[in-house]
Amino acid sequence: VAVGRGLGALSRAAGRGSGSVIGGHAILAIEPAALGVLAAGRQVLLVSGTNGKTTTTKLLASALAAGGTRAGNGHVVTNVQGANMPAGLATALAAGPPGAPAVLEVDEAWLGRVSARALPSVIVLLNLSRDQLDRNNEVRHVAQRWRQACQDAPGAVVVANADDPLVAWAATGAKKVTWVGAGLRWRNDAAGCPECGGPIVFGPGAGAGGPASADAGWRCQECELCRPRPDIWLDTTVAGGRAALSTGEMYPLRLRLPGRCNQANAVMAMAAALGAGVSAAAATDAMTAVDEVAGRYATIELGAVRARLLLAKNPAGWAEVFDMLAPAPTPVVIAINARTADGHDPSWLWDVPFEALKGRPAVATGERGTDMAVRLHYAQVEHELVPDLVAAVRRAGKRGPANSGPHQQVDVVANYTSFHQLLDQLGRAQGAG
Amino acid sequence: VSVSIALVYPDLLGTYGDSGNATILAQRLRWRGQEAEVVTVLAADSVPAGCDLYVIGGGEDLPQGLAASKLNAGRSLHRAVDNGAVVLAICAGFQIMGEKFVSPGGEPSEGLGLLDCATVPSRAPRAIGEMLVEPSPPWQGHGLGVLTGFENHGAVTELGPGAHPVGEVRLGVGNKDGTVEGAVAGRIWATYMHGPVLARNPHLADLLLSWVVGPLTPLAPLDDSEPDALHAERAQRAFGERRARGPGSRAGRSARWWGKAAGAVRRRGDGAS
Repeated sequence: VAVGRGLGALSRAAGRGSGSVIGGHAILAIEPAALGVLAAGRQVLLVSGTNGKTTTTKLLASALAAGGTRAGNGHVVTNVQGANMPAGLATALAAGPPGAPAVLEVDEAWLGRVSARALPSVIVLLNLSRDQLDRNNEVRHVAQRWRQACQDAPGAVVVANADDPLVAWAATGAKKVTWVGAGLRWRNDAAGCPECGGPIVFGPGAGAGGPASADAGWRCQECELCRPRPDIWLDTTVAGGRAALSTGEMYPLRLRLPGRCNQANAVMAMAAALGAGVSAAAATDAMTAVDEVAGRYATIELGAVRARLLLAKNPAGWAEVFDMLAPAPTPVVIAINARTADGHDPSWLWDVPFEALKGRPAVATGERGTDMAVRLHYAQVEHELVPDLVAAVRRAGKRGPANSGPHQQVDVVANYTSFHQLLDQLGRAQGAG
Repeated sequence: VSVSIALVYPDLLGTYGDSGNATILAQRLRWRGQEAEVVTVLAADSVPAGCDLYVIGGGEDLPQGLAASKLNAGRSLHRAVDNGAVVLAICAGFQIMGEKFVSPGGEPSEGLGLLDCATVPSRAPRAIGEMLVEPSPPWQGHGLGVLTGFENHGAVTELGPGAHPVGEVRLGVGNKDGTVEGAVAGRIWATYMHGPVLARNPHLADLLLSWVVGPLTPLAPLDDSEPDALHAERAQRAFGERRARGPGSRAGRSARWWGKAAGAVRRRGDGAS
């Protein structure tokens, strides 16, 4: 472990990224069971799901730092840079103080293997939908592996989104579940029952009853599988949303992060924090302080252009992003790559109703900007193709309304690797003036 | 009269953006002044038999089995095909069109029997990646250039004498072992190509539309600069991948075709500039 820690420092010093993975690879090469060794003696909470992992991890880590056990003196080990496979997890754990609790986001496909080593006390399962299909093939295969992971972790409380049929099915393998009504806007991966293949119907009254949340109810028409009754849920009937507990208590969320999906992430984080002994009041206060997550939701100024950065890497993510966009005619830049971490097949762009962007000038960019431009072409959204990321943001600034004041507001929505390139390149362009 | 395009069970077979094919077909008609509507048929709905064109996409094992049993029970798609409707079937949609496909449990399952082909399990690694296909001679005469797509499938498909392949594989795996791709019989066009296929190959969209409405107005009134640029970009990328794999690979053969296809891409590329 000391070797790995040394390597991490070395790789940081060498300027190779943040050093988050190289040291971890070395640790795992020397000791394959290192995850278990590094996790031993601390409270471990794992967060997985297709969307919202990083944000939920950050919210939960904040809540735990504010009101968790005193073991870490307010320090929480976490991997908020998003290195969420075993090497990244090993690095994060090796760098943190021994005994401090750990909140770790875990890649969907790795959850079972990580859980078997790290022996978490809490596993948070957010949602499952199509993403990187060239790597994960079928969403149901991932759900199947999650179900096994839940069965193999009898010591863990599984905090599961009751509104996602794939998640609910996976979590029924667990010994102890906290069901959360976190909602589910994108349902196109859940039309077929994960248990029997029968059709799933959504709608109020279709679940096991119980308190309503934003998307109350679903059930399979051919077997017994249906939405479990939630213990805690997101109530969106008040501005900003609030967490409602089955005990009748209500906690307004007051997040600085935008959008319904982040309210859902916060309620999932809160359910996990409650399970870890944090008070609801402490959790909501701590989550209020979070205003950006690894660059997401941050605003970067580039000359007169004020670019707000949003991440959306699949149709379910986009289903939540439309709500967050500034109203037309604020320009929007859409950056698309198709590297390994994005999935090599960007055909998911056709599952997103980009027709809704009509009225906003759009700029398609990124390594697969041409695919995006063709999508906008058929959606009949006025657009340009500017392959260079920074040039695309600057161009979008010029496409906004003429009388918008000293700053040109632009929304930039990028998928995974293009987001990281954007952060990097916009940062450098800013430095260059 | 309006051309009706049925998007069949996008909630079951729509995992890879294949519903975009219906959007593209309708839009290419509308841009030419021809009315078109997309009829979205969800799993809970019954499939209408009177549409002009049916688009069936790719999906996962369980929903694929459900879609096949529903289509076999309803028989509307069979009636539509008998009446001359055009069908574009992709990946899982392609597999169920045949005599048999692979059930989620791995056993043979009864297909729709609309195509003379059979899909069986394979021990080879799942076929995932960019594809490049040289269309068979019958389609080359219809203005079809090299086809580009992205494949992602586990099982393999054997064609019977009643089905003609879409073309020869120049990059990728295709139906089975990197030789041929897809199946065409009558007015059914079945392929493993995602992308979606019609976004990357506007000329294929027009070939299918010409089967419905007869010869189309030449592309002049349609601004295809972006779809053509995408076609050229993906095809050129695939050529690069072929070259990188070296002359020893299957992909390295057929120099004659090479020159021809590269020329076709250049021409399309020129049109884009």
